[in-house]
Amino acid sequence: MDIILDNLPGLLIAIPLLGAFLTPLVSRAGDAARNIWVLLTVALTSLCGLLIASRVLETGTIVYTFGVQHLSEIIPPDSGGIPIRIIFTIDPLSAFMLIIASIVSFCIILYSLSSMEKLSGKDGFFTLLLLLIAGVYGMIATGDLFNFFVFLEISSLAGAALVAYRIDKGVAAEAGLKYAALSTLGGLLFLVAIGFLYVQYNSLNMAVIASRMNLTGLDIIAFVLFFTALAMKCGAVPMHFWTPDSYAMAPSAVTAFLVVSSQASLYALFRVCFTLYGGQINPLTVGWVMIILGVLSMFIGVTMAIPQKDVKRLMAYHAVSQTGYMLLGVGVGLAALSSTCMFNSVGMTALKGGLFHIMNHALYKGLLFLTAGVIMYRCGTRNLNQLGGLGHNMKWTMVFFMIGALAIAGIPPFNGFASKLLIYESTFLFNPLLAVIAMVVSILTLASFVKVFHSMFMGPKLPEYEDVKEAPAPMLIAMAILAILVILFGIFPQTVIDTLVAPAATALIDYHGYAAAVLGAQS
Amino acid sequence: MIDNLPFLVVAITILLGLYTLLFRKDLIKMIMGISLIEAGVNLFLIALGYRWESIAPIFTGAPSLAMVMPTVQALTLTSIVIGVATLALLLSMVMIIYRHYHTTDVREVTKLQG
Amino acid sequence: MIEAFTLSTGFGSWNAVFWVISFAIALIIGWLIWSRGEKTYETSAEATASFLSGNAEPEKEAVHIRAGNLYWGYTDALSGYYRFIKPLHTGNLSDYFLAYLFVTALMLIVVVILK
Repeated sequence: MDIILDNLPGLLIAIPLLGAFLTPLVSRAGDAARNIWVLLTVALTSLCGLLIASRVLETGTIVYTFGVQHLSEIIPPDSGGIPIRIIFTIDPLSAFMLIIASIVSFCIILYSLSSMEKLSGKDGFFTLLLLLIAGVYGMIATGDLFNFFVFLEISSLAGAALVAYRIDKGVAAEAGLKYAALSTLGGLLFLVAIGFLYVQYNSLNMAVIASRMNLTGLDIIAFVLFFTALAMKCGAVPMHFWTPDSYAMAPSAVTAFLVVSSQASLYALFRVCFTLYGGQINPLTVGWVMIILGVLSMFIGVTMAIPQKDVKRLMAYHAVSQTGYMLLGVGVGLAALSSTCMFNSVGMTALKGGLFHIMNHALYKGLLFLTAGVIMYRCGTRNLNQLGGLGHNMKWTMVFFMIGALAIAGIPPFNGFASKLLIYESTFLFNPLLAVIAMVVSILTLASFVKVFHSMFMGPKLPEYEDVKEAPAPMLIAMAILAILVILFGIFPQTVIDTLVAPAATALIDYHGYAAAVLGAQS
Repeated sequence: MIDNLPFLVVAITILLGLYTLLFRKDLIKMIMGISLIEAGVNLFLIALGYRWESIAPIFTGAPSLAMVMPTVQALTLTSIVIGVATLALLLSMVMIIYRHYHTTDVREVTKLQG
Repeated sequence: MIEAFTLSTGFGSWNAVFWVISFAIALIIGWLIWSRGEKTYETSAEATASFLSGNAEPEKEAVHIRAGNLYWGYTDALSGYYRFIKPLHTGNLSDYFLAYLFVTALMLIVVVILK
């Protein structure tokens, strides 16, 4: 038993990869066998993720090396001083992201078991979905730059293939092509930056580079390449154009997980800004760049969302807008690092708000995309001009949609309000204009979701949707899990912040602690 | 000066790839541009590891112990494989787009806009 | 125990449980007032039919306002802004790459010059 608990980070990647590659084989035995296999794989992986997270939150950063018993053997004796092991460093921020990925991955697999029931090509779908899940877990857990690049490419390729899955008269293939091409260019520039760092510091490990770093011109170019590649991957304006295209055309369960994948890139952006280059870059400049990107994303995201006619494209623009909130919160935290008194008063709250918003966004955005998927499944259309009056028949879906819409608009007592309150209060003290823009964006978010709610669920029962039934049970259970978490995190926000968010925020700004956890254990 | 020749070639290749990516209007040519950038990045990684008057990093029967850096060669192999998978995926998506849109002009493949 | 339920930002506090309890009390008071209403009201079709000055009620599809017609005033008021920003969202893949490389170049200038 101990050996399993010690090797959990390895199992975290091994189980979904093994499950993914054996899925076509298992599906020879029938649909039910494959459903059980996929559900079992993702349940075990989520269990691994939650166990690792609880261990990290109890005992501190876990450093897991692949291939050795103790961290002291990381440099093989006959290699001439070249450390060639891959390390997984799971500190409280990674644990926070692991919890998000675990919950959402379980819910979407449960959902897609029933939403894919009548469609063909299911082995490919579930293989790619398990690969995407493995890629995202790898992105979150790894402590090695090149390993991060490999998992980034795995999740981009699997995600792009899933976006283009239902070819949909070629439109989904167009969306998949845009996602794949942009991700490839971003990944290549990321690799160039890794090359710049490797040639100077002779290591690929994030902690080793952070401890040896001495800022040179090449390092600054590498930082800019890292920052823009990762900001593009999470959908910051003005590099956000791929987000509405691919989120709209993907199957709904996949979209809910693509949101988590974008947030894993956001996590990596914070890792690069705070830990890898901790103390080397000027926090005020980079913080203000992040703040400007955040404000642009918030405003352009929500104003482009309001006139949309496709419900998933509208929700995708809202995902861009909410990513702006996270960038704003953490950007204020980074800019406040430049002066100690400002950091003690404003910075920690802003960091906590931004990080808490990541978790809340994954939950309520996943819920919203799953409800949009139910509408697509039952009514066959995503066009808001053709829908109407579905609240008569689909009562539970309407309740879940209302919970998600109120949460994203920041209405108490749901979880969106808790994180937005933290962001408003801290950014108001930092610069009042930012808080005003954030609140206006929140009002516009509420406006656009009232529009969606009216045109989908309110109104008289339309004749073409006379006999539309409620969603099937697995979909309702998946949405219910997310909705219950949305409500619980809204009613007990301080508990969540004390146990999950505050350790993550403290670990984020403590780059010495990150390096010490990896290098100190080496002795 | 001659030390930096590989990096000059890398810069030229990547710039040519970026030019093709941005200024060509045919999807297949844009993907060729991506392939050029990939080739440039792989060459960059290999050139980073080179040391003057060193041999290939193989220990068996090695004449001298001055060897080039082996880690970047591992990075490049991984990157080449990722590049192959990426190109296969991109080209198959372009094929599907051609079958439905009957064109590969990037200005026509714009059904998702606004 | 109350502290466990209260979200304390550095500058104030928010307690969701109080909010839920007061909302529930308001709902209970509303229900009490409703239950003291007239219980002998019959809901026949004639009593609850909509009155449109004697005109026939139109079809259900014509009554429901579609999404494209909602928020007309807002979209009209911001039409200048939308005329600028909607054409920026071409579906052209080359424009996506241009935007990405433009932001990379801009950020290089910002970080290198404004150190």
